[in-house]
Amino acid sequence: MPYLANTAEDQQAMLMAIGAGSLDELFAQVPAELRLQRSLNLPPALTELELTQHLGELSARTASTADKVCFLGAGSYDHFIPAVVDAIASRGEFYTSYTPYQPEASQGNLQAFFEYQTLITQLTGMDVSNASLYDGASAAAEAMLMTLTATKRYGRLIVARSVHPEYRQVLDTYLEHLGIELVTVGTPGGTLAPADLAAALNNETAGVLVQQPNFFGCLEEMAELAEVTHRAGALFVVAVDPISLGLLRRPGDYGADIVVAEGQSLGSPMSFGGPYLGIMACREEFVRRMPGRITGQTVDRHGRRCWVLTLQTREQHIRREKATSNICTNQGLFALRACIYLATLGPQGLREVAELSLRKAHYAADRLAAVDGLSLEFDRPYFKEFVVRAPRGLVEPLLERAYRDDGLLAGVPLGRWYPELADCFLVTVTEKRTRGEIDRLAESLSHIAALVR
Amino acid sequence: MRNTRSTQLLFELSKPGRRGVCFPAADVPTQPLERLLPKSALADAPPPLPELAEPEVVRHFTNLSTLNMSVDTHFYPLGSCTMKYNPKRNERLAALPGMAHVHPYQPDESLQGLLALLFGLQQYLAEIAGLDAVSLQPAAGAQGELTALLVAVAYFKDRGERRPHVLVPDSAHGTNPASAAMAGFESITVRSTPAGLVDLDDLRAKLDDQTAVFMITNPNTLGMFDAQIREIADLVHKAGGLIYLDGANMNAILGIARPGDFGADMMHFNPHKTFSGPHGGGGPGAGPIAVRAKLAPYLPVPVVVERDGHYALDYERPKSIGRVRSFFGNTGVLVRAYAYIRTHGPDGLRRIAENAVLNANYLLSQVKGLLPVPQGDRCMHEFVATAARLKQEKGATAMDLAKRLLDYGFHAPTVYFPLTVRESLMIEPTETESKETLDAFAAALAQILSEPAAALHDAPLTTPISRPDEVRAARQPVLRWQPEPVE
Repeated sequence: MPYLANTAEDQQAMLMAIGAGSLDELFAQVPAELRLQRSLNLPPALTELELTQHLGELSARTASTADKVCFLGAGSYDHFIPAVVDAIASRGEFYTSYTPYQPEASQGNLQAFFEYQTLITQLTGMDVSNASLYDGASAAAEAMLMTLTATKRYGRLIVARSVHPEYRQVLDTYLEHLGIELVTVGTPGGTLAPADLAAALNNETAGVLVQQPNFFGCLEEMAELAEVTHRAGALFVVAVDPISLGLLRRPGDYGADIVVAEGQSLGSPMSFGGPYLGIMACREEFVRRMPGRITGQTVDRHGRRCWVLTLQTREQHIRREKATSNICTNQGLFALRACIYLATLGPQGLREVAELSLRKAHYAADRLAAVDGLSLEFDRPYFKEFVVRAPRGLVEPLLERAYRDDGLLAGVPLGRWYPELADCFLVTVTEKRTRGEIDRLAESLSHIAALVR
Repeated sequence: MRNTRSTQLLFELSKPGRRGVCFPAADVPTQPLERLLPKSALADAPPPLPELAEPEVVRHFTNLSTLNMSVDTHFYPLGSCTMKYNPKRNERLAALPGMAHVHPYQPDESLQGLLALLFGLQQYLAEIAGLDAVSLQPAAGAQGELTALLVAVAYFKDRGERRPHVLVPDSAHGTNPASAAMAGFESITVRSTPAGLVDLDDLRAKLDDQTAVFMITNPNTLGMFDAQIREIADLVHKAGGLIYLDGANMNAILGIARPGDFGADMMHFNPHKTFSGPHGGGGPGAGPIAVRAKLAPYLPVPVVVERDGHYALDYERPKSIGRVRSFFGNTGVLVRAYAYIRTHGPDGLRRIAENAVLNANYLLSQVKGLLPVPQGDRCMHEFVATAARLKQEKGATAMDLAKRLLDYGFHAPTVYFPLTVRESLMIEPTETESKETLDAFAAALAQILSEPAAALHDAPLTTPISRPDEVRAARQPVLRWQPEPVE
């Protein structure tokens, strides 16, 4: 038992001090008829060496970016993580601490959260940020719930069909039993037309959710959409790719009321979908409606600058069923990672990542569009992702063979979410992809397309 | 020696022109950005982030880290949070490429090792819970509660029933009623007895055909196992309701008793507590749920299934509630939970519970002569002492004690929770602490209680800061750094 310090003698001495005859007696509160009368049916214990071999074997049977070239994105991205991020985030003082209930014992975390909040406001152009939520999808759902109480309109919420389908599913789940109508506005050309949005808005609409760049990688006309939304008295909620903000206008500069984002790109590994980082920032006037932990600056009794969790009367441990959300903790370690990442990159570094991703994605799109049988689905400006149409029925064999024959994770098929795009797949290019890898992708798909047609 | 220069804010350390990382030049044709994107979409300048060189970043955060107490550095008996040791091997294993550098939309055939692990974990959790089916999706305990409640709504809807009420004991975590509200329920509070158990008369009075779910934490937040649980479950089941078990305190009963066996229909686990996932300064955790077979069709998608030795993600579940988050779940946390369960095996898990309960009872025996413990002489994994008398006699509060403990090199217990005990200190030592540590903690508490109250009001004296002005923080919120306005 590698993690237990109690020796047999310790146990005897402790039982004696307690006045108990045996370990079993300590469980007297649990009625005998409720006790498990056998051992749990689990595999036997492994030593560290055996465990390391076992997980090493499982890891070896799983493809990763260590041995495959990844053109998958759709909300989870293979961006480069500087060694600084792992080195600092693996300090036990950070990752084995907990929520700063005692600020005197947690100034390291609290200051890092305050810095994180500041960095997020700098990145998004918004007034305030919380100390993070679970992930981009649940942050988007929470933001839409916020618009209900902020506008006191409880009739309708609107979401563009070009928003990540899983974000829309989460929103759907969260709204299922609250009696709010969720209207999804179609995006046939790859983006949301301001006129289509205008037609869906009514005076009971609390909020509109748009993603920038959207799920297809295309850029939405944010300023126009914000204006249409505000004209109807609703709030404009924007889900952004934080990396894109190295280049693109900030949501605060085109009228966003609440900004959410998946923060995984900012220095966290893809980890098969989690843990990730839910970013949320908003305009000042909504801060008391925001869910999640918020760190504030104050002074201690000697007048020294310091940081605490604040505005806690929003939260479940104080307000219980009247809280703004049921969320308890933030994603502290991943907020820290984002903080280290942004501090290390700075404005120029972030710009370079965004620019490299953009340029390589455009190079890749040009190469793939030149492959016989493939074409780009949307004729809209795009950032680091784009939708490719394949000949009818060939998406699956194309992607399968590119993986099996050439070790390429070539794209995400879209038919699961968009029946009309059943012959399409989404390709993502980050700064990590080299020209050589992109050329290999084009050659591989060209070769396979010729074979399978 | 503390380095206070490096712990200035990042923004104060910034100087234009510095940078911590460079990226390669583009190896693809470069054309003017305006040709790739419309000018209206482009920012005039990158965001005004701070500018630092790599060594400054490292020194800044390294010095910040030293301002934290953590499990690696201190005894951290924060009740209800199960601050046990976080095994180093789990960190290394979760960082393996086939765990950490895997995209969530890779094809199933590329995921066989990881899916085998996740399938195994689903099965282990079902076995530990004594329930039938598991969803690994929820991102945290609170989200697990919400997910399970949504599963309950879907279940009742399918049966043509609408039950608008969720019953919650007054000693429950605040997340319980908050989750109920988010799932569209009205949450009704059930009183506890002075001994901290569910008041059965009050439960009977509030239980009817409008009750969907009774949420119970057992062992409860006082660290007591509510032996009435079978009777409670029978009452709720007879009324047509479901029992939800908040699994926050599973550490106490691993391999000893199983929620499914004592009447729970659904529950969540906190792998970051019970299965040693690091708390990360406040997350990430995970909140997998386990349910009875009749509730399984409603679990979120996807779940991992096994067909002839091949693992797959199953999305074809027409009765599913959908999703509560994107992608699969908090895989990194789940990998650590798997590693922890495999490290211990069935007997090891039971010994964890035994030693957690032994340590708590031993510490209770050492503390009860110093501070009253209203619940009596025995507990499960944690206990709640009260400083109510101390406050009356000496004017020192639970918070004063908590602050002074920091000076003695111990993280404070949870204070002022549960709400049912005045001036409460909730103490959970966990199984990974030694008798010597527990003795030292009790000795420190004894020493502190002999100190004059005035000294306690001034505590802590040795920490980087002392008694921050929280009222000011809330009344004049400063939630971000901003540059000084230029004169």
